[in-house]
Amino acid sequence: MAAELTIGFLPLVDACLPILAREHGFAEAEGLSLRLVRDMSWATVLDRLLYGHSDAAHLVAPLAIATTLGRGRPAQPLSVPFILGLNGNAITLTRDLADKVCPPGRLGDPRVVGTTFAAYAKRSAATGKRLRFGVVHRYSSHNYMLRYWLAASGLRPDHDVEIVTIAPPYCADALEANEVDGICVGEPWNSVAVERGAGRIVLATAQIWRRGVEKVLALREPVLADRREEIEALVRALVATARQFVDPANWEANAAILARPEYLDGSAELIRRAISDQLLLTQGSATVHFPDFMFQYREAANFPWVSQAQWLYTQMVRWEGSGYSAADAAKAAGVFRPDVYRSALIGTDEPLPSASSKVEGSLSQITAVGTQQGTITLESNSFFDGRSFDPHDLAGYLAALP
Amino acid sequence: MRVAVVDESASRAAVIREGLQAFDDCEIFVVTERHGLIARIGEIAPDIVLIDLGNPSRDVLEEYFAVSRALARPIAMFVDESDADAVTASIDAGVSSYVVDGLAPHRIRPILDLAVKRFNAFAQLHSDLAEAQGKVAERESIDRAKRILMDSRGLTEPQAYAELRKAAMDKGCRIAQIAAALVTAHSLMGGT
Repeated sequence: MAAELTIGFLPLVDACLPILAREHGFAEAEGLSLRLVRDMSWATVLDRLLYGHSDAAHLVAPLAIATTLGRGRPAQPLSVPFILGLNGNAITLTRDLADKVCPPGRLGDPRVVGTTFAAYAKRSAATGKRLRFGVVHRYSSHNYMLRYWLAASGLRPDHDVEIVTIAPPYCADALEANEVDGICVGEPWNSVAVERGAGRIVLATAQIWRRGVEKVLALREPVLADRREEIEALVRALVATARQFVDPANWEANAAILARPEYLDGSAELIRRAISDQLLLTQGSATVHFPDFMFQYREAANFPWVSQAQWLYTQMVRWEGSGYSAADAAKAAGVFRPDVYRSALIGTDEPLPSASSKVEGSLSQITAVGTQQGTITLESNSFFDGRSFDPHDLAGYLAALP
Repeated sequence: MRVAVVDESASRAAVIREGLQAFDDCEIFVVTERHGLIARIGEIAPDIVLIDLGNPSRDVLEEYFAVSRALARPIAMFVDESDADAVTASIDAGVSSYVVDGLAPHRIRPILDLAVKRFNAFAQLHSDLAEAQGKVAERESIDRAKRILMDSRGLTEPQAYAELRKAAMDKGCRIAQIAAALVTAHSLMGGT
C-alpha cells in the first residue's frame, strides 16, 4: 500500500513539482500516493497545514518562518526539507507608469529603473499621491524582493510608497482599475495583466537577487518527525520531477497538465511561457527570453540553504522594525532542514553540497563548490546592488542596509 | 454584536444571514463585493468577521487585521485556538472567523457554531443540487444514446437500452458512462 500524503497548493506555476510528481508517477515510484488540495489564499493553505487537513504545503518561504516565530498567530514550528523553486516573479507596472520609468522592448536595468522610479515616486508623494504596489502576502519573497529593490534605489517603503496585499487572481483587475500602480507577483498573473493590456513587465525578481529563494515545501515539525521516511521519499520524488521539469522536451506536456481545471485552471500558453523563461513584456509584442526566470533544479536549487532562511529573517526584522533577536534568528535558521534533504539523497546520483550555508550574493561568475557527493557549479547569485549576505553576521548585515 | 459576513457567493451569505438573525443581539452585515472590501470592513467596525475559506481575499483581510490602526481593537484569528474541535469543525465546513480580542467566548461560540452549521447545510444543498443536475444530464445522454442505436441499428427502445446495459456490464462501468461515450463517438463520426 502506498503511503498517502496530502499537499496543499495555490494555483501558481511554481506549484509545478508536487503536481507533476503525482502526474508523472515519480511519487508512485517512491511508494507515495499524493493528494493535492488547491486553495485560493495562503491563509487557507496554512490553516489546512496547521490543523492537519494537509501533511505538507506549497508555501511562500517567509510565511514558513513567520509561522514558526509566531508572527500573526500562535507559533507553530514548521520545517522545510525542500525548496520548490527560486525566483519566477516579476514587477509589472501600469503602462503609463512603465513608460515613464523604463524603456520599452526589454526588461529594464534594475539600477536605472530603480533610480528613475525613485525620483518619480518622490515627486508623486510630494504632490500627495503615494504610488501603491500590490504584493501577494506580507510574508512573501515578493514583498521582500520589492522592498529590497525600492530601498536600494533610495526609497523608503511604507513612507515614500505604499505596499498593500492583493490576492494574485485580482492583480490584473487592480492594475486596470488603477487601485495600484504596480504589482509584484508570480506567474501566470503578470502575463495575465500584460495580455489584458493592464500593465507592462519591467523587471523580473531574478534581476534583484539572481538566486532568490521563493516557494518551499513546508510541513509541521512533528509531522516531519513522525513520517520522516515518507518525507524523504517525497524529497526524492520531487528531485526526480525537478530534473524532468527543466528539460525543454517536457515543457509543452507539463504546461498542458498544469493548466488543467483541477490545478492552475489557466492558459497552457501562458504557463508554457513561464516555464520556458519567455516573457511577454507588453501586449502585442514578441516574447523576450530571460534565462533562469524560474529556477527549479540546477545548481542544487532545491537544497534548503540555511543562509537563505537567515536572509529572510533579516528582511522580516528589517521591515517589521521588531528588532533583531538572536533566539528568533536561530529558530528561523532551524526551519530549513538540509539534514533531511541530505539523508533523503545520500547515495543517489544527486549532487549534495558539503556546506549547509553560504555567503549569499558573493558569486559573480561560475564557481565550483565543495560537495558531499557529485559536482556542483554555481553561477552568479548576486544582488543587484552588489551587496552580499554573510550568515555569520546578521546584525552587521542589517545595520549596513539602507 | 456586529457580525460581518464576507462571501462572494450572495446565496450562501443569505443563508448565513438568515441563520444569524435568530440571535437577538446580532447586527449582521453582508459583504459580497470584493472592491473596497477593507474600507467596508472599516466602516462596519465588526466584532466578528466570518469569511469563507475559498475566498482569495483572506490574505488581504488578515493583512489588514495585522497592521491596520483603523480598528480600535485588535482582531484575533478564531475564537480560541486551543479549542481544536471548534477550529477543525470550522475548517471542515469551510468558514474562518476573526473575532475582536476580549469578547466573551460564551457569546461568540453559539454564533460560530451556527455559522459552521449553516456552511455545512449550504454545502450539502449544493452537492444535492449538483447530484440532481448530474442525474438529469445522465438521463439525457442515455436517451440520446438510445436514439442513436435505434436509428442506426433499427432497434426498439427496450432493445437499445438492453444493449447499453450489456455493454456497461461487460466493461464494468455505469450505463451513463457508456451512453456518454457513445454520444461522443457518434458526434466525432459526424452524427448529430
